[in-house]
Amino acid sequence: MVLVLAIGDLHIPHRAPDLPPKFKSMLVPGKIQHIICTGNLCIKEVHDYFKTLCPDLHITRGEYDEDSRYPENKTLTIGQFKLGTIGQFKLGICHGHQVIPWGDLDSLAMVQRQLDVDILVTGHTHQFKAYKHEGGVVINPGSATGAYSSFTYDVNPSFVLMDIDGLRVVVYVYELIDGEVKVDKIDFKKTATAPSAH
Amino acid sequence: MCRGIQHPVRGLFLRSYLAQVSRDKLPDIGSEYEGDADTVVDAVEFVLQNFTEMNKLWVRMQHQGPAREKEKREKERSELRDLVGKNLHVLSQIEGIDLDMYKETVLPRVLEQVVNCKDEIAQYYLMDCIIQVFPDEYHLQTLDVLLGAFPQLQPTVDIKTVLSRLMERLSNYAASSADVLPEFLQVEAFSKLNNAIGKVIEAQPDMPILGVITLYSSLLTFTLHVHPDRLDYADQVLGACVKKLSGKEKLEDKKATKQIVALLSAPLDKYNDIVTALKLSNYPRVMEYLDSETNKVMATVIIQSIMKNKTRISTADRVEALFELIKGLIKDLDDAFHDEVDEDDFKEEQNSVARLIQLLHSDDPEEMFKIICTVRKHILGGGPKRLPFTVPPLVFSSLKLVRQLQGQEENPFGEEESTTPKKIFQVLNQTVETLSNIPAPELALQLFLQCAEAANDCDLEPVAYEFFTQAYILYEEEISDSRAQVTAIHLIIGTLQRMHVFGVENRDTLTHKATGYSAKLLKKPDQCRAVYACSHLFWVDDQDNVKDGERVLLCLKRALRIANAAQQMSNAARGSAGSVTLFVEILNKYLYFFEKGNPQITVAAIQSLIELITTEMHSDSSTLDPAADAFFASTLRYMEFQKQKGGAIGEKYEPIKV
Repeated sequence: MVLVLAIGDLHIPHRAPDLPPKFKSMLVPGKIQHIICTGNLCIKEVHDYFKTLCPDLHITRGEYDEDSRYPENKTLTIGQFKLGTIGQFKLGICHGHQVIPWGDLDSLAMVQRQLDVDILVTGHTHQFKAYKHEGGVVINPGSATGAYSSFTYDVNPSFVLMDIDGLRVVVYVYELIDGEVKVDKIDFKKTATAPSAH
Repeated sequence: MCRGIQHPVRGLFLRSYLAQVSRDKLPDIGSEYEGDADTVVDAVEFVLQNFTEMNKLWVRMQHQGPAREKEKREKERSELRDLVGKNLHVLSQIEGIDLDMYKETVLPRVLEQVVNCKDEIAQYYLMDCIIQVFPDEYHLQTLDVLLGAFPQLQPTVDIKTVLSRLMERLSNYAASSADVLPEFLQVEAFSKLNNAIGKVIEAQPDMPILGVITLYSSLLTFTLHVHPDRLDYADQVLGACVKKLSGKEKLEDKKATKQIVALLSAPLDKYNDIVTALKLSNYPRVMEYLDSETNKVMATVIIQSIMKNKTRISTADRVEALFELIKGLIKDLDDAFHDEVDEDDFKEEQNSVARLIQLLHSDDPEEMFKIICTVRKHILGGGPKRLPFTVPPLVFSSLKLVRQLQGQEENPFGEEESTTPKKIFQVLNQTVETLSNIPAPELALQLFLQCAEAANDCDLEPVAYEFFTQAYILYEEEISDSRAQVTAIHLIIGTLQRMHVFGVENRDTLTHKATGYSAKLLKKPDQCRAVYACSHLFWVDDQDNVKDGERVLLCLKRALRIANAAQQMSNAARGSAGSVTLFVEILNKYLYFFEKGNPQITVAAIQSLIELITTEMHSDSSTLDPAADAFFASTLRYMEFQKQKGGAIGEKYEPIKV
């Protein structure tokens, strides 16, 4: 059981002063194995904070990020080959401002094919999305601080926690709505050729 | 008998022994030794006498021996002081002593001895002892007498420390339970202490400033604990401090400045609300006396207090007052040398100011606009190093306000002066412009595009066009770094693609420019990608009049030509053709528009592209690129999948051979 936190678009300090306190109390160091960050943190303090939660941190560059050395996209593999079964998930990360039209699922699917990954994690729109298509799953964890977005008027703070177990991934999405944290969950399973949603 | 021993040290030890031995034999109330002849009064008398004699002996030690051994003697004395103090301890433990007896007998006698001995070391130690040993309620009730003794002490005694300790004890006593507070009011503790301090300071004009501030600091803590609702008392204390500080230059003493920071932090901690602290009129005046370094420290403390308590600052006046207080962070104070400020520290400071700006909010749009203008006024004085930090949060606060106003209907009978999105955009335009002069062109470009999108949502075509113009000018004139150009172009295309407010002419001009920039990027792959991204400018799903199939195809063909050129260049420069990735990307775009129903994208075109890629991949000069292979394979899989979907999509894909 591998826990992967997908989070991004915090825009601290340009659009938000800090993570919501309810989220902060939930994110405890030592429980998460990997952190995937779509970008637009924007400052080093946030980077350091994530590092304290989990040392295995993968970040891609958002257009407002202070540190311009983050890569444009990144892939990582979770799981190992086991005899007879492939228990591996390939994840790809990309902020999304480079993919035009913004938020367009077909264009994002193209990026997924290009990176050759099962799960593509992307941001920029500040809208939570979990979408399954023939080639895999596209997940947008939204904005962890509910930052202003030209894309949408209704931004609730949200982030995603993925529980990867062999060929199955359970996506938990945490949203802060009217001061309360609401959790939803979606199941995805990877078959030999392509994932399917349950 | 003990009187017989007049040698100081021996006498002290003898009497000390006496005290120890007699301790449990004192005729206290309830003790077995109480009888008709011996009562508590006698016990008290006994101990007091012992105390008096011991003190006299102790003081005498000071004057024995040659002058050059003074230091040695004083050291000896301080080692022996507990012997004397023990008497007081014993007194405090006699149960029979109640408040009245304390007031009438014990305290006056003890104080008499303390004052009359005229010895600096004894006085300091014994006053402190009295305060520590006897209960706080007694002190409250005898405050007059106690405080009255202070001016009578030797001028070299460190009164401020003793007084501070007294106030500390009383503060803690007040904090321990709310029931005791009325007592404080009854004895008018505050005014007595205030006066006492005033007298002490007056009597010692040479007291170093650290002493003065320590005294007022303790008094302030006391006031905050005992009279938390009396802001005027707190203000009074600060005012007295200001009076004492005025006439002197800025403080140089590190300890003194530390004390002032403690003094100023106390109200923040207590009230947990900067708004209350802002009501203390003398608060900013005290801050004037800090040097610029400490000013910044204090400003940071204030900001942290706000963030911790999530205080909402919701009127322009309060914002004005707050920014006056923290001006050390907002701009270079006049006499500040441009010292080497540590870059990381500077960034942290400015980031905390940026976060602060997020907390300034009012639900009333008019008030919010005033707040925005107030903040703007202050940060524009910050200089080029600060603006990149402070302008973005202000811009986003303003954009949030625009959204809020959009929700409300525009009142045609509204006053001239009322806030409208248009007005806010004007302010925004001028604000973001300041960034272009710094220079921070990439940031300015991003912000202009954000404003353009907001203007688009408000249906303000000329305003949106103006913002785009500004962004384009920045791109042409200021952004020369290749990587920055690529990001900027993506943002421009992405934003423009979402605009629905532009009429045909305006849109054409902007699109034409955007495609022009794309084709002129330095690296061929970047060019190719930007150009095919531009194809989306001619086809927007939810806008029926933007579905120009031909222009889309033109873009894609141009992208193909660039990809070809890239291949040839690679051949020429490296001896092998580059990877086919770009071709596969363009193929995917063909499929995208094919599915959307662009009649210009034909099956034949797609087929020939597939063949082109296949040929390229198998040619001798091609580079081995597993990523490109995988990409092509998954694209083919996708097409197969679409075929098998059936329905309209399946029919479309049917003729394509993969």
